[in-house]
Parts: sequence; structure tokens; C-alpha cells
Amino acid sequence: MSIATAPRAARIGAFVPALLLLGVFFAGPLIWSVYSAFTDVALTGSATVDFVGFDNFTTLWHDAQFWNSLWLTLIFVVGSAVIGQNTLGLLIALLMRGRAKLTRAVVSGLVIAAWTVPETVAGFCWYSYLHRDGTLNGILGWFGLSQNWLYTTPMLAVILANVWRGTAFSMLVYQAALNDVPPELHEAAAVDGASAWQRLRGVTLPLIRRSIVTNLMLITLQTLAAFGLIYVMTKGGPGNKSSTTPIYMYQESFQFYKLGYGTAMALVLLLIGAIFSLIYVRLIKVDDL
Amino acid sequence: MRHRVVLAALSALALAASAACGSSGGDSDGKTITIAYQKFGAFIQLDNQLQKVKTQYESAHPGFKVKLLPIEAAENDYYTKLSLMNRSAKTAPDVMYEDTFLVNTDIQAGFLAPIDDYLSAWPDWSQFTDAAKGAAKAQDGKTYGVPMGTDTRALWYDKTLFKKAGIAVPWEPKSWNDILTTARTIKQKLPGVIPLNVYSGKGAGEGATMQGFEMLLYGTKNTLYDDASKKWIVASPGFNDSLNFIKTIFDEKLAPEPQDALDPNWGTKVSTELMPTSKLAINLDGSWQSSTWLDTGSKPWPQWNDTLGQAAMPTQNGEAPGKTSMSGGWVLSVGSHAKDKKAAFDFVTTMLNKDNTLEYDIGAGQIAERKDVAEDPKYQSSNPTLKFFTDLVQQTHFRPAYPDYPHVSDAIQVAMESVMTGQAQPADAAKTFADQVKSAVGGDDKVMTVQ
Repeated sequence: MSIATAPRAARIGAFVPALLLLGVFFAGPLIWSVYSAFTDVALTGSATVDFVGFDNFTTLWHDAQFWNSLWLTLIFVVGSAVIGQNTLGLLIALLMRGRAKLTRAVVSGLVIAAWTVPETVAGFCWYSYLHRDGTLNGILGWFGLSQNWLYTTPMLAVILANVWRGTAFSMLVYQAALNDVPPELHEAAAVDGASAWQRLRGVTLPLIRRSIVTNLMLITLQTLAAFGLIYVMTKGGPGNKSSTTPIYMYQESFQFYKLGYGTAMALVLLLIGAIFSLIYVRLIKVDDL
Repeated sequence: MRHRVVLAALSALALAASAACGSSGGDSDGKTITIAYQKFGAFIQLDNQLQKVKTQYESAHPGFKVKLLPIEAAENDYYTKLSLMNRSAKTAPDVMYEDTFLVNTDIQAGFLAPIDDYLSAWPDWSQFTDAAKGAAKAQDGKTYGVPMGTDTRALWYDKTLFKKAGIAVPWEPKSWNDILTTARTIKQKLPGVIPLNVYSGKGAGEGATMQGFEMLLYGTKNTLYDDASKKWIVASPGFNDSLNFIKTIFDEKLAPEPQDALDPNWGTKVSTELMPTSKLAINLDGSWQSSTWLDTGSKPWPQWNDTLGQAAMPTQNGEAPGKTSMSGGWVLSVGSHAKDKKAAFDFVTTMLNKDNTLEYDIGAGQIAERKDVAEDPKYQSSNPTLKFFTDLVQQTHFRPAYPDYPHVSDAIQVAMESVMTGQAQPADAAKTFADQVKSAVGGDDKVMTVQ
């Protein structure tokens, strides 16, 4: 009996183990976290768990530190992912087109090396680079500009580090996309007298717009949840100056034991991720995505 | 069709869930005692000791078995993992290694069992100091753990730098002013040396609260918590004075630069770099400092005992008893889910009898809380600073370790940070602190003001 002729129930039955696993390990935690957001569940300190309705969300609404963390998250996402990784990745991919094999190998090797470094190691490298006794200050010391950059410009520091680490991903996505752009189109446009900039805007970008949306979505969602890099570099400090929502969430859930409050924040973050995705799809008008 | 699939999936899910609940932890017979504790990095002394005690206990209690459950995680993660274990009766340990800082929180969560009945029948309990007996005493007046050892805090100072600056040693400051005067002399005579380090701000975390702020505050007439009315003291003259002390040392540059002091790794830099190279004259820090400089530590420094002296932290104006200290420490507690609590308690008393405590306190660099251990010559000769730090136990204080404490501690760090960076005056920072604590602990009836 071939698969095509097998009874439908049997065919579907074959999916049950996979569905089960998905249910237990994927839907389960998701449902639990939605439920917890409406309770006062605590890691320790309370023997009972009470349903508190929208209390956590009301508290969030009035929590100035939460709004501050959202604002910082937005700066971090726009600065490091949308502008930094995305643009730089595209730029490198464009510049590498048609270069010698050696150049391509060296450049992508370097960029990808940054990406393969584990997050905590990358965080610590940047910490020791930007720190007062660090390499950067060793050089700047000659000009009298030495300072602890993690203290004076914490957000810029973590944004730079994240651009450094994440650009490789965008570059790879764009390299693949650019390979699919037929060179004849470029040649035709060039014959018609289009400048390099016009060719980019009129030919290349429209052709790779689907990759742009995919890339933006992926890196935005990744960056929204970024935790390790910031935690290692600044722990959200000084004060709350680099305390993005994931850092604040960690503090509330695991240092102040308020798991319920932390999961409420996670839900809000999920919502923000969804909004970002919608905006991208709209902005770039991918009708056939 | 679709409905049937969903139904099948759901019932299978339910089956899996019930199977998971039905699976036994394997130790519910009451004849196996499970012990949860931390084993991490260089901290292997407890593990070593418990291995020995396991053998002792099993031969003294035929029929019983001890199962050790070492949790390999750093401090904060250890708390998290232990809490997660305790949340289910199936995984909750019978005996656990508890930070006094979390005892009250875990009691409210229902994780721990009171042991007063067993303690009253244990002759050794009279060997514990009063402060130690209070370490695991909860808001309900019951005791929930037996102390293993503690730590204290005081001023470490560099004798070579003091001599260079012409300051007499041994140094015995009698008030906060004495400390400031000495620091000013050092700043004037020895440029390039940081006169005084007091941990401050969020970077140093709990170290700023405990080694820094509370060492000041508990030397004033005020504290953080009123035990009689069970309220947090959110405003007091002592609180403002402590913030003013922080302001003074940072304004006059007697302290390190704020951008250095706020670095999360500042504490490591102090003990592994600044002190061993005589770049820091006075350091308000913990009794465990010297363990870093032993041959087994992360920065061996054989001359540490010749270079450094210790002085007790004075009270604000030298009020009796003249000095102050803060203590943390760990206890062994019996879990509320333990089937045989008497057997679990017997394990605790085996581990914390005189001989085992002596061995553990020496190995782990702990300050003894049993009088018979503290008086033992073997203990006293194990580290030259031990007597000094042990004597401070007489004047020590414990943190008000209630569930809201982590919040209050964070609010203290925020207040310190805004003062040290000059963003706020002490009075404003104190007001922000009061508001922050009020909203964190749940309203006006949980806080009070002291004039």
C-alpha cells in the first residue's frame, strides 16, 4: 500500500507524535506564559498563585521604568538591526559583487567570524575593548579622550557591538538574494544610461525586496529579544541607561521573583514584534509574499 | 475528521501529562534523605564535606540512605534552581543549603519546615551565638535553619601607604569623621592613590547595599526595618546621613571615579589589582577578601598579611558599642515536603556537629557561629585575620531578609548612584527611595518614617 492510497486517518496518525512534541514543548510553555501574565505567580515568596486579571498590565502602564526600557529597546532595534546590521550587510554584499575570489573570502571570513563567536564571548570582547583600561582607550589616550565608553555612551556601545556581531547574517541573506538578480538587467539599464544609484534603486532593490522583508523581520525579532550581549557588557547600567525590556524582564522575574509581571512584559514584547512585522510587510508592499 | 485529530492529540497530551505527574521522584519512602546544595567553580568545600557526612550518617542510621544533589550554578542561578525544585513536592529536597538572605522568602512560599521542636532537644544548640540563632528566625518567631558559618565586614587598610602618609598604625577610627580625615590626608599626601573604596551604585549590586550602605546605616541610630511593627523604614535621619557620607567621599574625590566604581567588575578589580599593588588605601569590604590572595585563590599574594591591616567600622559618632558590622551566611534547612523531618534534621545536626563545622569553616573560610568551634586553637590558627573578623560577630547585624528585600536593596543602589554621580542631592534621592519602596512593598501601611 503506497502512501498515496493509505487511509487518511493513518496518514494523519503519522503526524500525532510530532504534534504531541510540538504541543508539549512549544504550545505548552506559550500557553503557560500567557496564563502566568494574568496571575501573581512568583518564583518564591508566596505559597499561592492568584488570578489577578489585568493587574500586571495596569502596573506596566504606570511603570516609568518599563516605558524607559521600551524606548531603549526601540533605539536598540532601530539602531543596531534596522539601520546597522541591515544597511551594513547590504552594503558589504553589494560591494563584494564581482570582486576577486580572495577579497570575497577574506571579507566574508572576517564578518562571519564575528558572527560565530558566542554571544557572551562577543560581549566580553567589547567590554574589554571599550572599558577604561581597554584597547580603544589605549589608542585614544594619546589624544586625551580616554573614558569608560560603557559608562558615558552605554547605548551606543551595545548598538555597535550588536552591529558588529549581527551583520554577517544580513550579509549572507543579501549575498544569496543578489546572486539571483540577472546581470542582463543591469547591463540593459546601464546601456540605457542609468547611473549606479539609479540601477540600485530601480533594478536591484525591487528585485530583492522579499529578502529585505524576510531579513528585517528575522533580525528585528532576534534583536528585540537580545539579552546576553547587553547583560555581559553593561548589565543594563549605568543606572537604567541601557536596561532594555529583556534586561528589565530578567530583573523583575529572577531578581525580584515576580514571574507573573515578567511574563506580562514578554507578552507586550511579543505584540511589539508583531507590529514591527506588520509595518515591514506594509512598507515594502510585498503582494505576493 | 479534523475534530477527531484534535481530540486524539488532546487525549494523548493529557496522557503524557498524567504520566509525567505519576512518575515518582523515587525518594518518597522517607528512608532516603535528599540534600540540595551549591557546588560551583572553586566552591567545592561543601561538596567534600557532605560526601564525608553522608558516610557518617549512613553508618550511624542503618536503613537510611543519603542522596546528594549538588546544583552546579552561580549564586543567583542557584537560588532560581532551588526555588524551581521546591515548587513541586516531587522534586523538593529534604535538606537544603539556604542563604539567610532568602530564608524568609522561602518560608512564605511554604518551602521550609520549622525545626523548633527538634532544636530544643539538641544540646549543641546552646553553643550557637544569639546572633546566629536569629539568622534563620522568621517573622513568625520560629526557627527554620541551623547556621553553618557567617561573614563580617570591616575596613581593610594598606599599612605601607599609611606609613608613607605619616598616619599611625594600627589605625583605629572612632567615627565616620575619623575615616574622612584619614582619607583626606591620604589624598593630599599620596596623589595617584585612591584613598577610600565604599561600594556604591547598581554596578556593585548587593555588595553596594551590604558592604557599602548598610555598613553606614547600621552604625547610625536607624535601621531599614522595624521588627516590632513589621514595617520598612523608608525615611530616617540615619538614611540621609549615610547618603551624605557617600556624597562627601565622591564630591571630594576621596572615592574612586564614579565611572570606575559603577563597573560591574569593580569588586574583582579591587581585590585582584588595586589592593595587591597598593593603589587603594582603605577598603570597606568583607572578611572573605583574603581567600583571593591565598595560594589557592585567584590572585595569590603572599605578602598580603604584612601589607594589610584591619579596622572595625566605627559607628557614626562613636556611639556604643563603638563599632558595627553586617553579616550574611548560610544555613541548612529542612524542606516542608520532607517525609521524615526528624531524619532530615538528624542529618543537619550530623553535618553541623562540632567536628564537621570546624572542618568546614576552616576549609570554606567561614566565621564560626558555634562558640566551641570559635575557641578551638585549630580554627584560630587557620588564618591571621580570623580572630579579628570573628570578634565582630558580637556587633554584627543581619539584613531584613524579607521577600521585598531585593526591591529595597535595588532602591538603595539607585539612591546611592544618583548621589555619587551628582544627579540628585541626598534629600531628593532619599525621597525617591521612599516612593520606590512604598510602591514595591504595597502601600503606606507597610512603611514608616523615623524622625
